[in-house]
Amino acid sequence: MKLAKVIGNVQSTIKHPVYEGRKIMIVQPLDENLEPDGETFLSVDFVQAGPGDTVLVAVEGNAARQHFDDQTAPVHSVIEGIVDRVERGNE
Amino acid sequence: MRLARITGRVVATIKHEALTGVKLLIAQPVDHDGKAKGKQLVLADPLQSGEGDLVAYVTGREGALALDTSFTPVDAGVVAIIDSVNVENK
Repeated sequence: MKLAKVIGNVQSTIKHPVYEGRKIMIVQPLDENLEPDGETFLSVDFVQAGPGDTVLVAVEGNAARQHFDDQTAPVHSVIEGIVDRVERGNE
Repeated sequence: MRLARITGRVVATIKHEALTGVKLLIAQPVDHDGKAKGKQLVLADPLQSGEGDLVAYVTGREGALALDTSFTPVDAGVVAIIDSVNVENK
């Protein structure tokens, strides 16, 4: 999974059926210091994440499809958790 | 899943028969600000998007799953035509 920050969302009326009623968020991947790192991409929200949230994002089809009751869902990335904090041993 | 701008379409009469009837579009990947990012690619499109449309697409196995018959030999497919992009928190 990746850590990312939600920076917005996209709206779409014409879309593949599994995306019906789903929120598609724009997420910004983060580095170990939780700073922006790399290009933004889209991810389907499953935890009511909002802009500014740091989130846990799966970026692989099989993991993503676990969230749909359709094993042929063309989904590659989902938001699986909202991160409270990141703890490290020496801090 | 990423954003791309449709810039054209591909016409190929001689092709794998499983591609018959599959709309093939040329797309330029873009970021949330609409800036071009990365190389153009060909997307299979089941949603009738047109030139100039902003779309969301998936690659790999999910690209084929975007089509009705999912065992089509494609590796990138359109899953949504985007109406608006709302960036709220930079």
